[in-house]
Amino acid sequence: MKVLMSGNEAIARGAYEAGIRFGVGYPGTPSTEILEEFSKYDGVYAEWAPNEKVALEVGIGAAVAGAKALVTMKHVGVNVAADPLFTVSYTGTNGALVIITADDPSLHSSQNEQDNRNYAKFAKIPMLEPADSQEAKEFIKIAFDISEKFDTPVFLRTTTRVSHSKSVVIIEDPLPEEDRTEIRVTPSKYVMVPAMARIRRLEVEKRMENLKTFVESFEENRMEINNTEVGVITAGMPYNYVKDVFPEFSYLKLGMVHPLPEKLIREFAAKVKKLYVIEELDPFIEEQIRAMGVEVAGKDIFPFTNEFDPGVIETALKGKTPAAVKLPAVAIPPRPPNLCPGCPHRGLFHVLGKLKAFVAGDIGCYTLSFMKPLEGMHSCICMGASIGMAHGMSKALKEKGKGKVVGVIGDGTFLHSGITPLLNMAYNQGEAVIVICDNRTTAMTGMQEHPATGYTLQGVKAKELDITALAKVLGIDSVRVIDPYDIKNTRDVMREELARQGSSVVVSRRSCVLFKRHQTEIRKPLRVDVNKCIGCRNCIGLGCPPIAWRKFTDMPANEIIKNAKKQEGNSFIDADLCTGCTICRQVCKVGAIVEVE
Amino acid sequence: MAKKSTIKKIYPTEVKSILMAGVGGQGILRASDILCLVMMEAGADVKKSEVHGMAQRGGCVTSHVRYGGKVYSPIERKGNVDILLAFEKLESLRYLDYLKPDSRIIINELELYPPAVNLGDMIYPEQAIDLVKESFKTVKVVKAHEIARAAGNLRTENTALLGVLSKWLDIEVAMWEKIIREVFPKKVVDANLKAFHLGRAA
Repeated sequence: MKVLMSGNEAIARGAYEAGIRFGVGYPGTPSTEILEEFSKYDGVYAEWAPNEKVALEVGIGAAVAGAKALVTMKHVGVNVAADPLFTVSYTGTNGALVIITADDPSLHSSQNEQDNRNYAKFAKIPMLEPADSQEAKEFIKIAFDISEKFDTPVFLRTTTRVSHSKSVVIIEDPLPEEDRTEIRVTPSKYVMVPAMARIRRLEVEKRMENLKTFVESFEENRMEINNTEVGVITAGMPYNYVKDVFPEFSYLKLGMVHPLPEKLIREFAAKVKKLYVIEELDPFIEEQIRAMGVEVAGKDIFPFTNEFDPGVIETALKGKTPAAVKLPAVAIPPRPPNLCPGCPHRGLFHVLGKLKAFVAGDIGCYTLSFMKPLEGMHSCICMGASIGMAHGMSKALKEKGKGKVVGVIGDGTFLHSGITPLLNMAYNQGEAVIVICDNRTTAMTGMQEHPATGYTLQGVKAKELDITALAKVLGIDSVRVIDPYDIKNTRDVMREELARQGSSVVVSRRSCVLFKRHQTEIRKPLRVDVNKCIGCRNCIGLGCPPIAWRKFTDMPANEIIKNAKKQEGNSFIDADLCTGCTICRQVCKVGAIVEVE
Repeated sequence: MAKKSTIKKIYPTEVKSILMAGVGGQGILRASDILCLVMMEAGADVKKSEVHGMAQRGGCVTSHVRYGGKVYSPIERKGNVDILLAFEKLESLRYLDYLKPDSRIIINELELYPPAVNLGDMIYPEQAIDLVKESFKTVKVVKAHEIARAAGNLRTENTALLGVLSKWLDIEVAMWEKIIREVFPKKVVDANLKAFHLGRAA
């Protein structure tokens, strides 16, 4: 049967069809939907781990017990999982272990665009790379076969365009699960003390040699000989882009990007006059081909940064073509993502932005509050960095930093990698104030469960971590809870905690406005009473999407009501968008914001 | 039931591209899914691409849909899109460089202010439709909001716009109806069918 599937849905389907029934991961764009979709299939056990390192370790455990385990994460997640990754390459996997790395060229939703093909080479782990959804479904099956056959973890790498594009997939009946789990004790293989790791280290080299032989005849390393003037070596999504613009070229499309098939590459190179490697990000394939002594062009004409599209390929090979149409000469206002109307983070960051403190931020929806007009966050490095950075900054600043350093982290991110830095801050007598924005879910990636939501990925009622109790037990001196919809209290508590000696945690607790589980109250939308508005723009300063500024100069004379001498306009609230959170009403000094009747 | 489509006769191998553009939350991804399913039903190969994640938070959303005999890239290059379906007025201006001189455009006459306009830092280009018309001959302007209201469900704006688009695509109406019935929950199927037909007649 033919169905339309995203690459992520196809990976989940492929794993299910292959009889895989064990999955674990940590959500992160563009990987999230793989495990979500996989978890819905019959007989599957799947769980969200609190972070990628734990996810990989859970997967390794399942594989060592004899199961075939699927582990999913985004590219930067592999950094978190890198510690077990490099050593599971030594031990091998017994059952089977496939790790999905979903890379994000162009940084659509990431803090960097690292090319995780480098991990395959670095950790000596084979890597497959599908180009569309049908291939994603096939390649995940091949990945498990290779893992089993060579006793190795296997990477399957996608990029955002593979994960989130949809294309036609032929679905098949699933194989039944084969239970091969049992307790087998083989310390020489799994206890990686130096003496045994040195022996396994040699096994890794042998395995890579065997894989190098295997890839020479691997049928997903596919040669297409057309016109022999130009030959292109490529893999993954860029294959589609080149094929779209230059169907006449000859191709060596690599299904496996590590290890590379050297003989096949030499054979292909000998068949064509001009050879290009076309790959996004790093010259990963190109450098290895150069090292073979084969003449090839690549990053001398193709960009190192950002994802490609057919236009990038065309421009690199043919030169820039002039615009096909005359574009209107008008300034088009940008439309960046924004905190939603009614977002609980808005009240908190309105307060933080005015504290005159350094706010070390973290990864989540709230990162958007660095932008105008809130400007309530001043750094964002990686998951969990806020707490360690705030502590380090406050220690370095000494007296200058007293009452001036705040760390902000979401509930999901705190559980991912905020607990150990908080422990560190308590242990080393830190003075920073850490705010945990607890919106009761993993909002940024689309409401995934985590250890404090009370439910598992598969909807089972679970233990619900008490974040305040955890902070106390870690040794934090003062732990308080605020409602970020209450601006005055939020401001008062932040000031008190910044003035306090010792370590503080403030839990800013209010459910994500899009998350239905905790929503009970119905709120009326608000409007601006133009008979009272003095045009001070306090409400505009919240950057709330329904609130807009209208200048008097753009309004008909009969609509202008001036309530202050230097007033230049009014604010307006779009009642269709307003959720009635009342934050704007609280910042209005003249009571001009009222409920819509 | 749906009859066999004529699409294969019209586009034996040629690949066509439709670009949908709007703002997060407008139902663009659902609309492009429906378009893809209709094209599949009609026997075409199809691919679509969009970016999830940050774009959900009120930012711009685009979805490329490409269909034909054999589709490779899920995204179209600049200067090559056949039809632009703009879910919002300002968004119709943002992607004109993806079009060809003879591309056709549908614009939903709806204004959603981006942050810079709300702050009073930039001006919303009220004259967007006139500007588009200066460069393109075939520009269809509709008020999908009003169509959705007439269909009895304000959330059917995206289906209404698909109705408008369907007039330019040679696909049997029965195929659209079949997919709309399959895709939506039972209780909103009728409103969506109504919105689709009102859009088609607009």
